[in-house]
Amino acid sequence: MKLRRTMLYVPGNNPNMVKDAHIYRSDSVMFDLEDSVSVREKDSARFLIFHALRCIDYEHTETVVRINGLDTPFGRDDVEAMVRARPDIIRLPKTEKPEDIELIDELITKVEKKSGVEVGSIKLFAAIESARGVVNAYRIASSSERLVGIAFGAEDFVTNLHTHRSKPGTELFTARQEILLAARAAGLHAVDTVFSDITDDEGFREEVQLIKNMGYDGKSVINPRQVGIVHSIYMPSVQEIKTARKIIRAIERAEAEGSGVVAVDGKMIDKPVVDRSRHTLELARASGIYLDEIEEEESNA
Amino acid sequence: MELIRTGKAGTLESSDVLISVRTNPENTVEIKLKSIVEKRFGTHIRELVQHILKEMQVSSAIVDVDDRSALDCVIRARLQTALYRAAGIQKYPWEELQ
Amino acid sequence: MPENAAGRNIPSKIDGLPEIKPFEGAFQNTPLVRKQKGSRTLPRLNKIVDSIEQAVLKSGLKDGMTISFHHHLRNGDMVLNMVMDVISNLGIKGLTVASSSLTSAHSPLVTHIERGVVRRLITSGIRGEPAEAVSRGLLDTPVLFHSHGGRARMIESGELTIDVAFLAVPSCDVYGNANGYTGPSACGSLGYAKVDAVHAEKVVLITDNLVEYPNTPFSIHQDHVDFIVPVDQIGDPQGISAGSLRMTRNPRDILIAQYASHVIEHSGFMEDGFSIQTGSGSISLAVTQFLREVMLRKNFTASFALGGVTGNIVKLHEEGLVKRILDVQSFDQEAIRSIAENRYHTEIDASYYANPHNKGCATNKINVVVLSAMEIDTDFNVNVLTGSDGVIRGASGGHSDTAIGSGISIVVAPLIRGRTATVVDSVDTIITPGETVDVLVTDHGVAVNPRRQDIFDRLKTKHLPIYTIEQLKQKAEKITGVPEPVEFEEKIVGVVEYRDGTIIDVIHQVKE
Repeated sequence: MKLRRTMLYVPGNNPNMVKDAHIYRSDSVMFDLEDSVSVREKDSARFLIFHALRCIDYEHTETVVRINGLDTPFGRDDVEAMVRARPDIIRLPKTEKPEDIELIDELITKVEKKSGVEVGSIKLFAAIESARGVVNAYRIASSSERLVGIAFGAEDFVTNLHTHRSKPGTELFTARQEILLAARAAGLHAVDTVFSDITDDEGFREEVQLIKNMGYDGKSVINPRQVGIVHSIYMPSVQEIKTARKIIRAIERAEAEGSGVVAVDGKMIDKPVVDRSRHTLELARASGIYLDEIEEEESNA
Repeated sequence: MELIRTGKAGTLESSDVLISVRTNPENTVEIKLKSIVEKRFGTHIRELVQHILKEMQVSSAIVDVDDRSALDCVIRARLQTALYRAAGIQKYPWEELQ
Repeated sequence: MPENAAGRNIPSKIDGLPEIKPFEGAFQNTPLVRKQKGSRTLPRLNKIVDSIEQAVLKSGLKDGMTISFHHHLRNGDMVLNMVMDVISNLGIKGLTVASSSLTSAHSPLVTHIERGVVRRLITSGIRGEPAEAVSRGLLDTPVLFHSHGGRARMIESGELTIDVAFLAVPSCDVYGNANGYTGPSACGSLGYAKVDAVHAEKVVLITDNLVEYPNTPFSIHQDHVDFIVPVDQIGDPQGISAGSLRMTRNPRDILIAQYASHVIEHSGFMEDGFSIQTGSGSISLAVTQFLREVMLRKNFTASFALGGVTGNIVKLHEEGLVKRILDVQSFDQEAIRSIAENRYHTEIDASYYANPHNKGCATNKINVVVLSAMEIDTDFNVNVLTGSDGVIRGASGGHSDTAIGSGISIVVAPLIRGRTATVVDSVDTIITPGETVDVLVTDHGVAVNPRRQDIFDRLKTKHLPIYTIEQLKQKAEKITGVPEPVEFEEKIVGVVEYRDGTIIDVIHQVKE
């Protein structure tokens, strides 16, 4: 069960950060060939990430590459190189319509075939960063088998809207909702936008709490310090963990006994609840909570 | 691969390497290495550069390498970028890059 | 029965008593008292000499003798160079220089070695040009490297006799009472200097701040001092102490510090009333900050902090989180201010600090120590003296003293620096033996010394990335590639003494 609580942004032309971005233990690292790389260095960054992905062991961290859009002079070469480098995910910036995804999906398939990479093995993330993209969110989300998630990019979005980001973030409310709804309707992950003020811990925590409550799977982060903060906010409470365990146990027992319908504490347990419980236990594991310790506590109580 | 101008890539930042390549009037490969890890990796880096030049079919080059403890993959990337820049190549032979 | 000079008849021998020496007059046998009592035309009693040269001549320094210095002025020291210049001009040769440490401020030493003024070095560490010169074999006699505690041991036991100690002091009165925390060149604790002052045959104080008698409170006592030389400047304040050392923003350092703090919190050695020593490196400073948060959360206070003291320790003390401070070396201006003002921030000398052979030194009472390392091997042996190119560039310092005394000793370091792996099969030079090193914390993971199953058991369920040290070594090697071994010549240029006086390792000349 894949967790995407944190996607750590790594400028693609910076060897010092690229070489061990995984030490900060974010769920994913996103090597950026787009906005953080100057036009004159697009080739440098491309080759750097190409070789880094092939030679460096990023261990359990999911690798994502944000390529340049296919409407730029760099996008195609990025795809040619990156498919051969085999990141887990290619992230397409500024996705506005489903055709954008279809186009890149086709290109990736073509290069996978050419280069002997298993077709379909490289997944896609769509970044929605404009009004048009938000309006088309569900159509984008359901446009490709490769798509595993949508990310929201607020910086470009507010520019598109002719406004700026504010503390309460009201200008982002609808977009955040739309993207989340689209993701869930299509069965994808939803990742929220970056929070750029790395000195404002309080503001950051508030925003993470907000998007978590909304239902987001995680957040893009730009500084390693933010990783731990997001993970601690996403850590389930002991009560949530106990409930989840109870549910999973009930399901397992039901399956073993061959009975169909399960109820726990008087409530019917259906698939969404089971999935959610599994997700909770996965979060617990990732947070380092030893389920055995909780068991012990339970039996001593 | 023919080098038609000087190609440079990389920076002097920590963990990076600044590589400059141009054609060699003597038609051989000449490598000038300055590295803060000369004693421990000097030979290896020179061999790596030789190897990449051979892989990319470059037989005439003067290569200036100013290394700030770059890992092998970074050296590969910067050298490759510098070579393509020096050769004026913008259509990359992706098939060959396996 | 003969008469003595007081006109009394005293028998020349009395049964049961040792030899009788008859009184010879009030002034005969007390050389340091003025002969014309009460004369108002004589200058007030003092030990001031006009110049360093005068002091050297009066001290009776000769070829082949041993002189000493301290390194409390750190990179701002000007005194060692001044004294060596004078000694060199006087044509004195073949000296053994025992400076508690040597820094890059001491580059002129190379010339003095070349000229034969200096024949031998006894020190905790060397950096910069003198270090490179030593590594290249400039000296015929190997340098003796000691720990801070080891130096105090050898001086107190008499293994090392100092003929003349030249001690820079930031404030001094005319009779030799000196302290380190007042004056324009204030440096804080004079812990290393104090041992020299007590044991050296002749003690010369060099100061740029002559003050009224008596200069109390004092660290160096008048009754140990022979000569005092006033000079214009003993050191450069920029090099003597840092301004306030701010917490690092480097995410890698912060990551390591977070792991280290986590290890300490769950190790079993952090409880209410624990004691701690951390270094002055950026990771150590960050560890202290994270520990502060743990202390506030758990309502713990520390009974004392030992060091190597920086402003952030002072801040914890002033907040009430650390009850007492024992200070052998003050690194920044905050620490200097505090030691001057606060009686609970106490100066200790090097022997009190770490001499393993006295009646009990401070490092024995430390619970938690955080240390650095240039290299650590799969046996947990630590090298803080020679670099990846085999050249001397560090100091033994208090490393081996504190590692052994503490309940838990933690080495913090990045797994790789640039392309140089910190974890290796075998360190080039052992300063601190692996038996005394308990945990390694790097940005890639944590390793617990198998000798400390107790710590491992407590940490294994605490969501830390724990690996064996072999695994960390392999991780590092996989990333950097296998380096060529450093090549050395046969000649031994350094001998590393463990704190107890035994020799733990040797350093060879590097091959060019």
